[in-house]
Amino acid sequence: MKRPLDKGVVVLSLLATLFIVAMLAVILTDVVWHGWAGLSWEFLTGRPVGMTGGGIFPAIYGTVFLVLVMSVAAVPFGVLVAIYLAEYARADSYLYRATRLAVSNLAGVPSIVFGLFGLGFFIQAIGGTMDAALYDGDVVFGQGSILWASLTMAVLTLPVVILTVEETLRSVPRDYREASLALGATRLQTIFRVVLPQSWAGVMTGTILAVSRGAGEVAPVLFTGAAFSMPYLPTRVNDQFMQLGYHVFVLSTQSPDVEATKPQLYSTVLVLLALTFLLNLVAILIRKRMRQWATA
Amino acid sequence: MSHSFRRRLDTLSERAIFGVSLAAISIIVFIFIYITREAWPLISGAVRETSLGSVFGPPFQWDPVSVQQPRYNVVPLVAGTLKVTLVAMLVGTPLALGAALYTAEFASHRLREWLKPTVELLAGIPSVVVGFFALIVMASWIQDILGLQYRLNAFTAGIALSLAVIPIVFTVAEDALSAVPATYREASLALGASAVQTAVRVVLPAASPGIGAALILGMGRALGETMIVLMVSGNAALLGFDPFSGARTMSATIAAELGEVVYGGDHYSVLFFIGVLLFITTSGLNWVGERINAGLRRKLFGGV
Repeated sequence: MKRPLDKGVVVLSLLATLFIVAMLAVILTDVVWHGWAGLSWEFLTGRPVGMTGGGIFPAIYGTVFLVLVMSVAAVPFGVLVAIYLAEYARADSYLYRATRLAVSNLAGVPSIVFGLFGLGFFIQAIGGTMDAALYDGDVVFGQGSILWASLTMAVLTLPVVILTVEETLRSVPRDYREASLALGATRLQTIFRVVLPQSWAGVMTGTILAVSRGAGEVAPVLFTGAAFSMPYLPTRVNDQFMQLGYHVFVLSTQSPDVEATKPQLYSTVLVLLALTFLLNLVAILIRKRMRQWATA
Repeated sequence: MSHSFRRRLDTLSERAIFGVSLAAISIIVFIFIYITREAWPLISGAVRETSLGSVFGPPFQWDPVSVQQPRYNVVPLVAGTLKVTLVAMLVGTPLALGAALYTAEFASHRLREWLKPTVELLAGIPSVVVGFFALIVMASWIQDILGLQYRLNAFTAGIALSLAVIPIVFTVAEDALSAVPATYREASLALGASAVQTAVRVVLPAASPGIGAALILGMGRALGETMIVLMVSGNAALLGFDPFSGARTMSATIAAELGEVVYGGDHYSVLFFIGVLLFITTSGLNWVGERINAGLRRKLFGGV
């Protein structure tokens, strides 16, 4: 009983799918095509010269520095929250539902609002208080810095870690826990010696996804420490820093001569994409493996 | 280790993990408190020239750098945000839902395994890169095809923004469609319905709350997205319905202006106030979306 309309629905939905995949392919191809030629050792390790020459090492360095500090803050915290949600909480308890709501809400907060929060909370409230108490009101921590930017980014990526790790913890079969408890292990021992080692892939995936997200976001660092350009590399946590995403923004919008900036711009985008996109791809592949393994 | 020591360690660590979860809850509260605190002079009426009345009431002008009379009225910014969001939803929704329907219902199992992560990869492109691509490449295409006067405008920004909306709508909608139990499909097919009839008349209605949730969550994303609109919308704070003129959104205004303002001044407070508005709107949308999704799961699977 096929109707002519039937075919139309399938074809239209297939076209929509193909269109999305094609857009993805066009963006990636365009960036690789135009950005490839500019990649060189000098470009990756040199300093920027104006907007048309030199390299982007300070931006790579700043981005890596940022995601490292961010991960140190976000991953342990996120794993503990995930352990609470998956192992301790009862689904009908008030704290469980409040944590759930808070995490999903946090995931939906626009990234620019995290930037405002970083400025209002980390820089003004915490940094300002530290300066008043420790440095006689000299501005040391009450300004944008790589520390505050990293912590702001940690808050932004926290839900990514929590949701990914929780999902993996839940996929560890109940039998494992019961066997461990039956052998006389405490709940804590069961979690840290049995459940968590089984979930290392999830913790990895969560970390990679968080790093990929943190490396690409620009709005949260606009007022929390990203610098237009820096004559030196950040060495202390209260230094400002250059960031790849912000550098892309600056090159795209602030250049007096767009055409002359293009080669530099495309190569910077390629490096940023390689960083975020490849990490994402790795995370997706690990996750896919994990699911197959869990259902096998 | 003695037995009782272990037990005590267990209780202690359980409390610590509870504490960390409480901290996670307090973060969202802190965000609200600390952005509201910076906007407080405006809300409480302590800022001299600007009040809640002048922020919402006429004249509807956003002109923060005027020498004689700076005007901070958010209505043009809200209008700009809605205009760009509307374009993004109109463009992104059919594509994302079509792809979700194809992936969940018509694609072979093998193809499905590849399609879902591929479309989701779109979410892995940083928004500054989408903004870059739209600004450098796409804006010229769209201008040439439609013969537009301005290269950067609300329409082009909306199209670029749809690239950020599509992965969210797709993922949530596809999850909702896949969550419909196989028994629904088998019953429909057994009654002689075709695969398309089953998808459109049985699976789609059963998953419709999830589709609604997908649209709401996608819209929340579109309202708050910053870098794409900052780079592509042309940033003119105009009040009007013309999609081909420039637009200035709430998020882009904060991003463009907060770096230059005097700490604690009128302008500073107004920008934080816009942040409070964004926070409340997106949180509300997010909450509604999650509620619908949870309700759907209960309906399809029963229990929790």
